[in-house]
Amino acid sequence: MVKAKRGSGGVSVPDKKELSGRMPIEDAGIPAELTLFLSQHTGAPSKPLVNVGDDVKRGQKIAEAQGAVSACLHAPTSGKVKAIEPRYQPVLGREVDAIVLTPDGENTLYEGIAPVGDDLEAISQEKIREVVREAGLVGLGGAAFPTAVKLTPPPGKTIDTYLLNGVECEPYLTADQKLMEESAADVVFGFRALMKGAGVKKGIICIEDNKPDAIKAMEEAAKPYPELEIAVLSHRYPRGGEKQLIEVVLGREVPPPPGLPLDVGVIVSNVGTAYALAMALKTGLPLVERIVSVTGEGVARPVNLRALIGTPVSYLIEKAGGFSSTPGKVVLGGPMMGVSVRDTDVSIVKGTSGVLVLPAEAVKTEPVLPCIRCGRCVEACPMRLLPVWMAAYAENGYMDDAEKMRVMDCCECGACSYVCPSRRPLTQSIRLAKAHIAAKRRAAAKK
Amino acid sequence: MADKLLITSSPHIRAAKTVRSIMLDVVIALVPASVAAVVFFGVKAFGVLAASTISAVLAEYLYEKAVKRPVTVGDLSAVVTGLLLGLTLPPAVPLYVPVVGSAFAIVVAKQVFGGLGTNFVNPALAGRAFVLAAWPLHVTSAWLNPLTMDAATGATPLHAFKGGQAAGSLVDLLIGNRLGSLGETSAIAILLGGAYLLMRGVIDYRIPVAYLGTLGLGVFIFGKPGALFQGDPLRGILLGGAMLGAFFMATDYVTSPVTPKGRTYMGIGAGLITLLIRYWGDYPEGVTYAILLMNLATPLIDKFVVPRYYGYAHDVAARRKANRAGGELS
Repeated sequence: MVKAKRGSGGVSVPDKKELSGRMPIEDAGIPAELTLFLSQHTGAPSKPLVNVGDDVKRGQKIAEAQGAVSACLHAPTSGKVKAIEPRYQPVLGREVDAIVLTPDGENTLYEGIAPVGDDLEAISQEKIREVVREAGLVGLGGAAFPTAVKLTPPPGKTIDTYLLNGVECEPYLTADQKLMEESAADVVFGFRALMKGAGVKKGIICIEDNKPDAIKAMEEAAKPYPELEIAVLSHRYPRGGEKQLIEVVLGREVPPPPGLPLDVGVIVSNVGTAYALAMALKTGLPLVERIVSVTGEGVARPVNLRALIGTPVSYLIEKAGGFSSTPGKVVLGGPMMGVSVRDTDVSIVKGTSGVLVLPAEAVKTEPVLPCIRCGRCVEACPMRLLPVWMAAYAENGYMDDAEKMRVMDCCECGACSYVCPSRRPLTQSIRLAKAHIAAKRRAAAKK
Repeated sequence: MADKLLITSSPHIRAAKTVRSIMLDVVIALVPASVAAVVFFGVKAFGVLAASTISAVLAEYLYEKAVKRPVTVGDLSAVVTGLLLGLTLPPAVPLYVPVVGSAFAIVVAKQVFGGLGTNFVNPALAGRAFVLAAWPLHVTSAWLNPLTMDAATGATPLHAFKGGQAAGSLVDLLIGNRLGSLGETSAIAILLGGAYLLMRGVIDYRIPVAYLGTLGLGVFIFGKPGALFQGDPLRGILLGGAMLGAFFMATDYVTSPVTPKGRTYMGIGAGLITLLIRYWGDYPEGVTYAILLMNLATPLIDKFVVPRYYGYAHDVAARRKANRAGGELS
């Protein structure tokens, strides 16, 4: 068991996994409309390959990746292209172009879909990379970084370890947990394929200790493979962040931005990504669906759904029995880093791991008190920064001083705001500073 | 379906601790010491504590009403200040002393500078320093004999200890059967409170450990007049207000550093200054001024003590250089 290190920051958060943790994965089915954003991954938006009025089939590529850091997009089910127009993308917080599909209910598979194989020895590294690219795989942990780019590190960087992230440290969410419990063999297969695709010999599967069934299942599935190891982490937020995971499991620190895990010889991928690759290899199906935990005290029947990308949140909430009381917040993702949405007409994207409904009483705003310098935020910060001062600078407009305190290194995990006894919006203030500084740097780069 | 959903920045959940819950924990932690004070010194002790606490709360209420600001007595910080100030006073002190002391502590040391979170020194200690200067005789000689509660004259055990004489049995010192201010007598009561605060995660162990450790070591080395390394470290820590100061005063959030390492330095500094004042100054007690001085040093400590940021494992010099601006806003 890899235990919490003293001084490693982080906070103890309530688990709440028991709400949806016992529910097996259910199929969400096909909603009346699917909204597929061209920009739902890190990097350049994809370019549509279809036109309004076209018929598409399940798994058909409908948008092509643009440039080196981008990902392609596929139709999750068969139907007709209703529109290609700007729609509100909840994670980006603004309107982006989207392909809107009206499903025909037949779920006809695209003819070009064909399995690649289930014997890794017979699939070459180049083939794996091609499948990853063509399947539109992005990091399903939330950041949605194009996996094809991750598997091809620049020359000169050697990767010695691949970490599989099954930590799922956010409260309430159980999507990864269920995937590991029910499909451990596929997850391991996908992980080994990722490792082969990246040319990495050693793999460590990282799971938090609050998922004993998942740990058992993954241990069983990984037993035949000596190159794989399981690391059980003691429960602390945000262990699942890749920078924290690398520090806790391997003792290495990723250099500050623009540093990446590959600079310390590591790649990290989510279990969902590994599973998606396994499906792409075994069945030929690209990334068109994912597991979403619809949970929280605000839904009547918390559940884990296998949902099509682009499904409206309202449809998923209905599958979970609808609201159990007056809803206060609907959050895409977990309660620590998720995005609260203004209404449930928005659609899920590739990186949406959960839909969390918090009842109205739970989200009553509390008054903000002055900072009492208790230092809890400093203890909580996993990047070992000083949120107390960074937020104070940001709130008073001293953005340059905030920059000197490395505010750009902040991973926005929310641990500081979580522990603040004065309920100060530290994460929000820090985000303000980061936005200012990013805009300033962009303007300077243009010159 | 949903009329109005609330939109805020993440995170969307919060830990249970609030300012009020923390202050309540401190009040609870002070109950053993307060009860011990009343047990040993009777009604007069109760009077002093009640006067100091009520005066603090009233002072805050009246000031905030007078300047037309929201009334904050509900966060219990005034209660804590009043109680702590009362515990630093001798039992037979006339009641106008705690009343004026608390009012000074709240209005001058705290409210005038901006209220909760912006005081630059520990308000209770500032109040004590004020009454010490205004009524030096009362505050340093209004002792009562414990349990018999009759007036006592002569030196406190701390005085005797400084002079190298015997200073009471260890058992007496631990339980509280000795002369002294209300809060400084029963070490066990203070330890109980301190343990409660540590267990509840309210205080950082580093400050009391660094403070008492440094003081103990210093007393061991310099405690016996005319000789070295023959002092009594245990009595050195138990006598006087060091226990109350280390657990309840020096640990005040606003006036102590925000980083763990900074807090250790503050504890060490306070221990050293206490030592200096006790053995090379005229006062028998150095805790008040030691902590007040370290309060003043806290912004400086915060400026220079910067954590080892993630990702800068091997670049200490660059990190330090990049952080000269840190900590100036306080």
